[in-house]
Amino acid sequence: MTISADHAAQQPATAEPGAAPAARHASQQAGSQHTEQQDPASEAVRKFGITVEDYMLPARHQIQMVGPDGTLHPHTEQGTQPGHEYTLPGEAELLAAYEQLVVGRRVNDQNSALVRQGRMAVYPSSHGQEACQVAAALCLADGDWLFPTYRDSVAVMARGVDPVQTMTLFRGDWHGGYDPSKHKVGIQCTPLTTQLLHGVGVAHAAKLRGEDTVVLAMCGDGATSEGDFHEALNFAAVFHLPVVFFVQNNQYAISVPLAHQSVAPSLAHKAVGYGMAGERVDGNDVVALLAVLGRAVKLAREGSGPLLVEAHTYRMQAHTNADDATRYRQDSEVAEWVAKDPLSRMTTYLTDRGLLDDGLAARIADKAEAVATQLREGLSEEVPVEPQDLFKYVFSTPTPQLKEQSAMLADELARDAASTAAASTAKGSGK
Amino acid sequence: MSPTITTSSEANGNVSAATARAAARAAVEAEKTGPQTITLAKALNTAMADAMHADESVLVFGEDVGMLGGVFRITDGLTKTFGTSRCFDTPLAESGIVGMAVGMAMNGMRPVIEMQFDAFAYPAFEQIVSHVAKMHNRTKGTVKLPMVIRVPYAGGIGGVEHHCDSSEAYYAHTAGLKVFTPATVADGYRMLREAIDSDDPVMFMEPKKLYWSKDLVDLDALRDEHTANTERGTSSEGRAAVARPGTDATLIAYGPSVPTALAAAAAAAEEGRSLEVIDVRSIVPFDDETVCASVRKTGRAVVIAEAHGFASVASEIVARVQERCFHHLAAPIRRVTGFDVPYPAPKLEHFYLPGVDRILDAVDDLQWED
Ligand SMILES: Cc1ncc(C[n+]2csc(CCOP(=O)(O)OP(=O)(O)O)c2C)c(N)n1
Ligand SMILES: [Mg+2]
Repeated sequence: MTISADHAAQQPATAEPGAAPAARHASQQAGSQHTEQQDPASEAVRKFGITVEDYMLPARHQIQMVGPDGTLHPHTEQGTQPGHEYTLPGEAELLAAYEQLVVGRRVNDQNSALVRQGRMAVYPSSHGQEACQVAAALCLADGDWLFPTYRDSVAVMARGVDPVQTMTLFRGDWHGGYDPSKHKVGIQCTPLTTQLLHGVGVAHAAKLRGEDTVVLAMCGDGATSEGDFHEALNFAAVFHLPVVFFVQNNQYAISVPLAHQSVAPSLAHKAVGYGMAGERVDGNDVVALLAVLGRAVKLAREGSGPLLVEAHTYRMQAHTNADDATRYRQDSEVAEWVAKDPLSRMTTYLTDRGLLDDGLAARIADKAEAVATQLREGLSEEVPVEPQDLFKYVFSTPTPQLKEQSAMLADELARDAASTAAASTAKGSGK
Repeated sequence: MSPTITTSSEANGNVSAATARAAARAAVEAEKTGPQTITLAKALNTAMADAMHADESVLVFGEDVGMLGGVFRITDGLTKTFGTSRCFDTPLAESGIVGMAVGMAMNGMRPVIEMQFDAFAYPAFEQIVSHVAKMHNRTKGTVKLPMVIRVPYAGGIGGVEHHCDSSEAYYAHTAGLKVFTPATVADGYRMLREAIDSDDPVMFMEPKKLYWSKDLVDLDALRDEHTANTERGTSSEGRAAVARPGTDATLIAYGPSVPTALAAAAAAAEEGRSLEVIDVRSIVPFDDETVCASVRKTGRAVVIAEAHGFASVASEIVARVQERCFHHLAAPIRRVTGFDVPYPAPKLEHFYLPGVDRILDAVDDLQWED
């Protein structure tokens, strides 16, 4: 536990670590518990020379840098305005993102195929949303945390988690397959928006220790109706925490369109109600996403408090393999979004800029294929499950009750094995 | 290796070794050492203060726990002593409090959070059941959640609706949560320290009608006991206590019902019947050993709890004891619990709460003629 050391570094020197926070706050009176933090209003005015409303309200238009046809908009037509200014990411960053886009698309398609073949129980595909997935992972530094949902497998892999471990949840071996502490990636969360609060807590702990960790916490458009969405944004704002809330607005929550969730001007507009800055971005434009999320992470790290970014995208496939999207949306609508595909637009843009040629495209395709192979092989392998794992991880030490139940199952299995063995012996001798 | 668990009045023996660290603790306890009469509230408060002194990662937060010290004053003075980084008020949102605590626990802290009242923990139910209880399991133990959710619970205080629920069964039913409930002043200190030390999440159910109950306890002796336990790797966790020894029948109770059971045992003694009282202390893990040893000895048992009886902790105790002690039983095990009605309004609560007479009636029914 390092809070004392890191805390002490921030505090006026005092002999006793426990007394340091007290000393810092001793002069504060009732009702002003968190006055040491920056007032977001004056900060916005100081930093950008704009009013607090102009800082917190999203820019009038969504930020889009590269259009669906793959051409870069002139700076004046990117949707930016004073205080909402974005710089084009560098070449290396764009190429890294492109590679992850190609891998992500391949992962989505491979996983959907594995579900159809019965090798995986379920897969919520992010086909069409890969730009959001990739940018969410790439905008973070090593020490930062990501809190993903069930739909964000590609983001988890792009953060460096092993693809097969990522899929453990959907394959049905266990509820999670990777170590969140090691990767600084929460287990992909299903109860909608509950993970946002975990992100808030991780950021709060880091802030108390004086670390500069940023948390990026993800959710969908429908999920913004949940109570924990509200509580998480409000807590992050009140405690002035470095959390970037990233909403992938893919237009639907299973079958329910966004119009049934919210009549706010946009989801990004919700930010102002919490006293944080919001922004809208084209969720199929990885260039704009890298710029907007990158700046949000930077601002959060510099102490501007939390931010809310809404990405406008589309779920090209059904909610999961178990869903039938034709029951609630028109093919024509899907076709419109095919034309806005995040991957093909980047291919065009990078090719036109001379950054991508056939050789590089082939090398990237090979990498994507290698990941797909890894998934195919990893998920085809019969990994035996360990029944005693049921009892092992409920508490740090099993209770007497769990020990009893574990012994009961062991006994049951031993008797099963014995009778199977006896049966095969009988069969053998009968021949 | 397990330490002996004693009730608070028995725990007052050893004061000698305490003085060495007393000076270092002057900031926590300005008061005199040695046995003193303190309330359960003070014992809980001292446990938090000591834990915060011992470990910088221990944080306290919730609604009104800062400047006010909590509506029951259990966190009194913690903000003053430790500052607003270590004990602070949150916005009014229970799911937010619990969810944020989950994240903090994931990231190296040991949050001790307060739900203002039992029924106001319900907005946090999803976080508690789906995350607090399951994170360790889901991550195969790589993420532990060392957090304590303190819940002032149960009735008997003339409280209005939503302020008197006995909600322990919801938590006890949820795999992955420990559920503790102290009934004595000394256990208030002892068990809260153990809950804060636990690497697993603990629902710490505080009987609010006992907050102002007093007992003569020696806090320094309790501190020494805690230190000694920590050094030995032992604790009283998961252990029931014999609150009053007896031979004829066993009263099994926890939290707010323990003093009622003791009063019933005292009344029965006057009628010549010797009742043993077991204080369950830890609902999860449950101490089958101590409870069953008593029932095997006496052959008769009554389980007492304030919560509704249907599908309750009391039901679970009856089932467990019956499965393990059937051949020692002289009579069916009885339950004396709250009725299966919403917790009543203040003027009606005395009809609802298990009282001495109702307990003695149940004892009378234990087929003594056989
Ligand atoms: C608390 C909760 N309620 C309901 C569900 C069931 N559910 C799973 S995904 C989903 C739709 C969520 O839509 P959205 O937030 O837009 O995310 P998307 O699936 O489109 O990525 C629902 C209702 C859930 N997982 N959690
Ligand atoms: Mg959606």
